[in-house]
Amino acid sequence: MKKHLAVLSAVVAATVALAGCGGGSGGDSAAAQPANPADLKAEISYGVWGENIAGAAQQIVADFNKTYPNVKVNVQVTPYKEYWTKLQTQAGSKTTPDVFWMNGPNFQLYAANKKLAPITGLVDGKKIDPANYPKALDTLYTYEGVRYGVPKDYDTIAVFYNKKLFAEAGVAEPKSDWTVEQFVQAAKDIRAKLKAKDVFGVTAALVDGGQQTYYDTIAAAGGEVISADGKKSGFDTPQAVRGLQVWADLIAADAMPSLAQDADTPALSRFTSGRAAMFWTGSWDTKLLAESPIAADVAVAPLPRDKRQATVIHGLANVISADTKNKAASEAFLTYLASQEAAVTLAKLSGVISAYEGTQESFLKVLPGADLKVFLDGAENYAVPYPVSKNSAAWGKFEVDLLPDAFSGAKPVGEVAKAMAEAMNKALEKE
Amino acid sequence: MTASTTAPGAGIAIPAPGRPARPRRKKAHTGHGAWPLLFVGPLAFGIAVFYLWPIVRTAYFSFTEWGVFGGSTWVGLENYQRLLADPELGRAALNTLIYTGVVVLGVPIGLVLAALLNRPGLRGATLYRTLFFLPYVAMPVAVAQVWKIIYNGDYGVLNWALGLIGIEGTYWVSTPGWSLIATAVLGLWLSLGFNIIILSAALRNVPRDLYEAAALDGASPMRQFRSITIPMVGRSVFFLTVVTVIAGLQLFDLLYTLVGTANPVMRDTKSLVYLFWEASFPDNEKGYGAAIAIAILVITACVTAVQFLLQRKWVHDV
Repeated sequence: MKKHLAVLSAVVAATVALAGCGGGSGGDSAAAQPANPADLKAEISYGVWGENIAGAAQQIVADFNKTYPNVKVNVQVTPYKEYWTKLQTQAGSKTTPDVFWMNGPNFQLYAANKKLAPITGLVDGKKIDPANYPKALDTLYTYEGVRYGVPKDYDTIAVFYNKKLFAEAGVAEPKSDWTVEQFVQAAKDIRAKLKAKDVFGVTAALVDGGQQTYYDTIAAAGGEVISADGKKSGFDTPQAVRGLQVWADLIAADAMPSLAQDADTPALSRFTSGRAAMFWTGSWDTKLLAESPIAADVAVAPLPRDKRQATVIHGLANVISADTKNKAASEAFLTYLASQEAAVTLAKLSGVISAYEGTQESFLKVLPGADLKVFLDGAENYAVPYPVSKNSAAWGKFEVDLLPDAFSGAKPVGEVAKAMAEAMNKALEKE
Repeated sequence: MTASTTAPGAGIAIPAPGRPARPRRKKAHTGHGAWPLLFVGPLAFGIAVFYLWPIVRTAYFSFTEWGVFGGSTWVGLENYQRLLADPELGRAALNTLIYTGVVVLGVPIGLVLAALLNRPGLRGATLYRTLFFLPYVAMPVAVAQVWKIIYNGDYGVLNWALGLIGIEGTYWVSTPGWSLIATAVLGLWLSLGFNIIILSAALRNVPRDLYEAAALDGASPMRQFRSITIPMVGRSVFFLTVVTVIAGLQLFDLLYTLVGTANPVMRDTKSLVYLFWEASFPDNEKGYGAAIAIAILVITACVTAVQFLLQRKWVHDV
């Protein structure tokens, strides 16, 4: 009897899944799951990016298959550089992976265009509890009151520094309550002392965008990159100019590599080869630093405060495609991805801060000798959301086009910031 | 197969008994029926499906505007108007021209190198030829990654070598102006191997007795090179020039990998194809991208047509 029931529910599940597919948009309610997970037969794909992740993803799939032996999950790893181009094309032809990674700047674009399936049904059915994840991330992946993503990890920004170089330069190591002024002074002092050895005071991937640099200093100066409602640029405020000026001054003072040097030698390489004493970056680089030759000398300090203390918080989420043909299997997989067990595996194998409350323990051990709690404290106490709007990429490209002139000193920061705000507001009006 | 003349296409070279040769040959030209089509068919089908049809579609899409996730609406000439008014167009065209100009130098350089390699009695000629040809078989993307390290402003081998002779180098791929030259030099270097192989083959087809006769008449080796070699390899030089110019106008992959999209100098280094890529993918304006693609196609066709017209003036029929 029990067996019959299982078969029946499998049939129902298949029918519902088919119906969902016919509907196209996916709908708010979750697909019915068979009583026995083994009866769920499907092949789904899981789209992710990055080099670090393949091992962790395979392990998670293997663990998932212990419960769902007949759901085959194909992990598709794409380099980050091509991920969004590919995904956008796939979304246009309704061929995205069934489950895939989403980030903040792209989320609203996909949600607004009905490319993502709401997870409302899974939340209502108590399969997924949003209270397990940081509020900022839950909000990031909610669009017009509807939840679409389950946060998988998050990152905040801090300053890694090389203790040996600080000692060589005779400069005091950063304290947890240091200010931007003290930070700039330390960078200049170190450069003055160690220039002969080709060591810079600080390095950061300015050419890769603002997340690890000016987004944070703008927030610390009391400004914002974009208004809370995502409608207006904040670049033309005095606070934003102050936040940008920090970097222009550091470059002008030769305490930080120029943009050309930064483009030639990536910040991470410069820091790990001992040619920079400080490195502003996100928690995602922790594992790479732990595997670098200077691992033993690396310590970490929170970002310096200006008018206030601030770090950008950002995190990725797992989402389900609105066009999936296997909604039941995709939801079963997403439910597993949302579990504590999957979060622990992810944290252990990929060295990121997993988003599930209380599973951050293994991140703290990634780099012994550095007090990595700094990243968690930042998330808890003074994080500001990553600036996004409905089509973030449309104005993000102006940062690449315009801001270099401010950092290189070719134009005054105020003038560039004004031009940036104008271009950005024009793009925002079109959304 | 029989010698029967009635089977279409059978035995072109086999003379039918009892018939004069001339009419037979004439018939062979016209009487193959559908056979030639059958042989050309697969290739023609492939070209039609994978080349002609996409060009037609691209031309169509160049008059449309695309939504973020597909779906297009007809906008007429708007994309072309926008292209002509695009502030980046002039710079990109100039950059493409400069790059092509530098890379075309690879043809004369290749000719000189090929002539040197072909000198009778040169020891290890095969080794040199292999060395010169190696870059051509290597993946451009991989090569660009290695050159990126060579060009590195702080730790690159190039600046170290220049330092030995007292020249202070710069950030070759990250300084406006130099980044394009650095890319072009790499493009030239990559194309040399192919040029040398083609030109070596052409040089070996030059009858030796021409040189002997010239030598008897008292022509110096330089004079022989100018008066015999260059005219005799004219067709190969023309072929290489056409191919190199077309490849030069399509500059993209070397820029993308050597300079990189996040590099601040990319603003000043973009090529025409880079504009196309940027519009089509990161900006996701596929209609506008299609218009740029069509413009590049027209430019390439025009430049090549001009080359064909000019060749009559300088390429000698051998």
